[in-house]
Amino acid sequence: MKHRTFFWFFLPTGLAMMLFIAAPLVSIIMQSMFAPHEAVLVTVENCGPFGCQQETIVDQEATRALRDAQPLGRFVGLDIYFDRGHLAVAEVAQAWRNADDLGAFWTRLQNLPFYRAMAFTLTYTFTVTPLLIVLGLMIALGVNAINARIKGVVIFFSLLPMIVTPLVGSLILFWMIDSRGILGTAIQWLADDPDLSLKASTTLTWVMLIVYGVWHSAPFAFVVFYAGLQTLPMDQIEAAQIDGATRWQQVRFVVIPHLMPLVTFVALIQLMDNFRVLEPIVGFNAQAHATSLSWTILNDLGGETRQLSAASATSVMTVIGVAILLTPVLVRTWRDFKGKT
Amino acid sequence: MFLKTFTAAGALAVLTTSTAMACEITARVSIVGNEFPAIQTVGAGAKACAGAEVTTNLTADHQTINLPGMQGNPAEYTSAIIANSSIVALMNEDVIRPLGDLVEKHGQGLQPTQLITIGGEVMAVAFMANAQHLVYRADVLEQVGVEPPTTYEDMLAAAELIREAGIMENPVGGAYAAGWNLAQEFNNMFLGYGGQHFEPGTAEPNVNSEAGINALNMMKALSDYMNPDYLTHDSNATNAEFRAGNVALMNMWGSRAATLTEAEGVPQEVIDGFAIAGPMTVGGGDIPASTLWWDGWTVAKNISDEEAEATFIAMMNGIDPSILEDEEVARQAVWLIEGYEPTEAAVGVFAAANSGTIPYPMLPYMGLMHTALGNELADFMQGKESAEQALADVEAAYRAAAIESGFLQ
Repeated sequence: MKHRTFFWFFLPTGLAMMLFIAAPLVSIIMQSMFAPHEAVLVTVENCGPFGCQQETIVDQEATRALRDAQPLGRFVGLDIYFDRGHLAVAEVAQAWRNADDLGAFWTRLQNLPFYRAMAFTLTYTFTVTPLLIVLGLMIALGVNAINARIKGVVIFFSLLPMIVTPLVGSLILFWMIDSRGILGTAIQWLADDPDLSLKASTTLTWVMLIVYGVWHSAPFAFVVFYAGLQTLPMDQIEAAQIDGATRWQQVRFVVIPHLMPLVTFVALIQLMDNFRVLEPIVGFNAQAHATSLSWTILNDLGGETRQLSAASATSVMTVIGVAILLTPVLVRTWRDFKGKT
Repeated sequence: MFLKTFTAAGALAVLTTSTAMACEITARVSIVGNEFPAIQTVGAGAKACAGAEVTTNLTADHQTINLPGMQGNPAEYTSAIIANSSIVALMNEDVIRPLGDLVEKHGQGLQPTQLITIGGEVMAVAFMANAQHLVYRADVLEQVGVEPPTTYEDMLAAAELIREAGIMENPVGGAYAAGWNLAQEFNNMFLGYGGQHFEPGTAEPNVNSEAGINALNMMKALSDYMNPDYLTHDSNATNAEFRAGNVALMNMWGSRAATLTEAEGVPQEVIDGFAIAGPMTVGGGDIPASTLWWDGWTVAKNISDEEAEATFIAMMNGIDPSILEDEEVARQAVWLIEGYEPTEAAVGVFAAANSGTIPYPMLPYMGLMHTALGNELADFMQGKESAEQALADVEAAYRAAAIESGFLQ
């Protein structure tokens, strides 16, 4: 393609990317390095239905002068990235110095919001992603093998978990696993422990969130793999059958290699999605046991006093986290691509 | 006597029609606020005005949209309905206007106590009061032979008796959901033990104190008598437990207690046994372990004077004393409006106000403290760390947020 043609061809995409990807990134990076001005406080008398008392308020005149002088706020550089709400460098260093062994250090680390969020997020990402790929593949193989007449219905029901909005899906499950709900009671009966509560135990909450994550995302893997199965080379399968390959051997040596590029694709998308896990934590009210970076952002923005700078810093860290996660898969794809050409 | 009441009622009715007719506005009004019944009533009253468009956006998420919706110029919302906690965020960002001149012009009939005056300027008009207080099952307490508790220590003793008698396994309810609710329960208990959230006159945190540790230990003791899922139970879930007859004692919001047993399918014994009392004290203190709240409305700063006037008139119509004629509306809240006669459902909030309960602190940095408490206390409640450690975490988390927001250096 001529450079000129390429330029005009790429221009709309390029503009859209600038507008929707580059600009927001620049914006959050800026916001994460500027914090609100130091508040000028005054004490005034404050009266209402319950009488009068002396209260502290923000001096608007003085604050306005500060804001007009520096509309972006106070430049703090990377301070917010290093504070306790984020990387907590000072606290981590202190924990390292004071801890007797690795276990004690780990316990102290889990007391800091960023590391606590990462512990859950990474566990979630690296259990849910492989499990949903395996489950999606199994559903796809199963559906592909059944009678064409009921296929449509089965596909519809297999897709349901993905069709249901995550918040609604998690809320329904949340009610079912309540100690008085149908699943909660069933589990109590199975474990023979009437006091067992999924919601009160950190381990069980993590298991529940992971099960939900697999349940919700497996249909995505299923759809992709099912589409891939329609392009399966039948002559290879027949050749394998003639050679006496069992069904498992056919899957292992013909089907899976054929679907490998799709596995990479699903892994890429799902690593990205699972790293940003948010809805199940909100839906299951699980913040006492599990948090994620996205949940931290929501929490910073949802309080009575919004913490825009803290939320922006966490957003930037999420972007960096996703980039790190995807690097191995991207490098691999790039090598395959180079190998082919 | 009968005739006199009759004529008075007739006169009132005439007055109502005349005020309703009188509500004429000339510029747009746009209201954002919470969605509970009393606020729905106020919103509907404002919408009754003729002459220009009145829109309302009443949602539980009002706090996350009112500030951005008032920061623009012109502001999207001309009025935000807020409480004493949430007015702070609007004050911090300077998006609401002083109402002195409008009160003088259109504010006849407002009680002096309704005017929220900050530094000599009227910044909001309050229309209802709220507080958390005891809600209990009179029949269950009678069964075990105890009086309604007036202290949290009595509550624990009563809970033990109910459990021993085999009536209920987890007789205590509480909105202890990690986050805002858990932090609010801590605030109640902490103030009840005589705690102060900040070093006087500064933004320095002061929760890691004896009062803080006592408060956490009391909450932990109470949680032993709660449904094991208590860290996921907000006010709605706690009320559901009470309605289902699983709970006999709980600390609940006045605004929700009034209509608690009106839901469908509530067993008859719960409806009959349902009773309200004032807030409890703790640790031998005389200040109740609760906080006082008001709900009121504000007028945006970044709008034209014409729109501000229209907003003020419409909101005044929303809290017109005539709304109290509807019995259902009168029960919805503890109204601060002229002519309000306390209903039976209001005794808890009135007891709270009369027994020296402290209003929720209206400080610019209290929101950050509340968020920090909500995030850091769950570890203690689950037994993962000591009370001292949890409170040290709260102070550290608060400090990081306050430094970022410019309240601490």
